[in-house]
Amino acid sequence: MKRVLRAAGRLWAVPVVLVVWELVTRAAENLSFPPPTTIAASMYEMWLTGPPERLWLTDAALENIPASVGRLLAGWVLAGVIGTAVGLVLGRRPLYFRFVDPLVQFARAIPPPMLLPFFMALFAIGPQMQINVIVFGIIWPVLINAAEGARHIDRQYVDTARVFGLSLKQRLFLLVLPAAMPKIFAGLRVSLSLALILMVISELVGSTDGIGFQLLDAQRSYDLPGVWGTIVVLGVLGYVLNSAFLAAERRVLSWHRTAKQTT
Amino acid sequence: MLEISNLTHTYGSGPSAHNALDGIDLTVAEGELVCIVGPSGCGKSTLLRSIAGLLRPTGGQVVLNGSPVEQTPDNLAVVFQDYSRSLFPWMSVADNVSLPLRRKAMDKKQRKDAALEALEQVGLESAGAKYPWQLSGGMQQRVSIARALAYRPALLLMDEPFGSVDAQTREELEDLTLRVRGHHNMTIVLITHDIDESVYVGDRVVVLSKAPAGIVGDLRVDLPGPRDQITTREHPDFVHLRAEVGRLVRGMRSQPASASQ
Ligand SMILES: Nc1ncnc2c1ncn2[C@@H]1O[C@H](COP(=O)(O)OP(=O)(O)OP(=O)(O)O)[C@@H](O)[C@H]1O
Ligand SMILES: [Mg+2]
Repeated sequence: MKRVLRAAGRLWAVPVVLVVWELVTRAAENLSFPPPTTIAASMYEMWLTGPPERLWLTDAALENIPASVGRLLAGWVLAGVIGTAVGLVLGRRPLYFRFVDPLVQFARAIPPPMLLPFFMALFAIGPQMQINVIVFGIIWPVLINAAEGARHIDRQYVDTARVFGLSLKQRLFLLVLPAAMPKIFAGLRVSLSLALILMVISELVGSTDGIGFQLLDAQRSYDLPGVWGTIVVLGVLGYVLNSAFLAAERRVLSWHRTAKQTT
Repeated sequence: MLEISNLTHTYGSGPSAHNALDGIDLTVAEGELVCIVGPSGCGKSTLLRSIAGLLRPTGGQVVLNGSPVEQTPDNLAVVFQDYSRSLFPWMSVADNVSLPLRRKAMDKKQRKDAALEALEQVGLESAGAKYPWQLSGGMQQRVSIARALAYRPALLLMDEPFGSVDAQTREELEDLTLRVRGHHNMTIVLITHDIDESVYVGDRVVVLSKAPAGIVGDLRVDLPGPRDQITTREHPDFVHLRAEVGRLVRGMRSQPASASQ
């Protein structure tokens, strides 16, 4: 109950902004800036006027949102797993790191949207191309953070693992991975927001479904409330993903937060 | 069981080279508790790290139970100086204690029981489910000792294990060390810069000189009866030995009559 109240306390600005926005847009009567109620009606129309047995979700909602979220999550998980694995190895092997670092810095410096033409030529338009763009665009923060985290493990932890003869696998999973976890999570969080951006961009240029495709579709048919509606959905999606991520991080890194406070 | 011959170690090379160990010769017998004292920064940790195989010395050799130490030997445990960094904060206390048992042929249940037993010996049987950072410094150091005990090493190395806890906890941990040592009949090498502690805990006190460290004294501690924080420390032999070790640490000549070797 207390938590609900506190959440409500944090969110009080939202209705205030909505009301002000409503009043201003109604007064201005600019077609490019429809009032929030119009946007809400259009969103309802777009996504929630389906048959009751499908929870009122329309075809568009059932096709586009899962398609987008699926690609986003697939790309993010792949990037997270590959980035962590490669990063940890590079972090523990300074020699490899020195060779690979310039390449990583170069690849990271490429603005990810610039990769689209290349990947569109490489793969056919479709989920495979989009997931590849996402993975390639967002892997660097995870990889670099994992390497950094693995490189700066306290010497005494490493000595402890050596003295007690932990195997390579045990060292990886019981020492290196958990020790680097705070850094890895910082990287994953950046990657998650990048993944959302790349998901939309890749759908704007090369897709036949997804939220980005729907945005483009609405824009082509001069349906401005529809454009605004998809933008709102993207914002909500970003907010939900970030909140879920933070909740997971709090659980996984509880030792880190508390340990830091007491020492 | 432990033979160190002509051990030297130099950090770095060229003009910035630092000569830390200068020809150390030391033999430790099975079941002995040897304290190594020396001034701060003289090379005590360097010596310990060479024995543990964590550092490859630039000269000389360490032989443990007949075989030269190349990598970290299997039957050796270390209690490190800094308790705040010796346990993994992402594991519970019980998992920390049973961590080294993973290399032994034990199943999960056996490891758990062994960890619990070791925690009992250090008086922390109820702390198994906690995390290290939920314990006080002295308790964390006791967990490190429990981890070493659970492992049942032939040789236990302790690097200033009580250096960063308060005086009262320190006395408790000293007595704990003496007690568990009686239980397990382990060989222990304990490093300290505290002269009183070395005489109180040790069967033998080895004194190192200022850097580069060399052995300047090796005294047998023969104190009557079981050690006790109050009575042992006021015993005339204790007072005498303490003064002797103090003189050696400060680089003064020892009085020939009382040096044993
Ligand atoms: N990795 C290293 N590289 C260069 N010099 C080092 C290194 N480690 C230690 N030294 C130097 O070697 C000397 C001995 O260090 P060591 O840690 O063995 O001393 P210590 O006797 O354990 O000191 P303390 O009582 O402070 O723990 C010190 O002067 C230190 O500066
Ligand atoms: Mg030291």
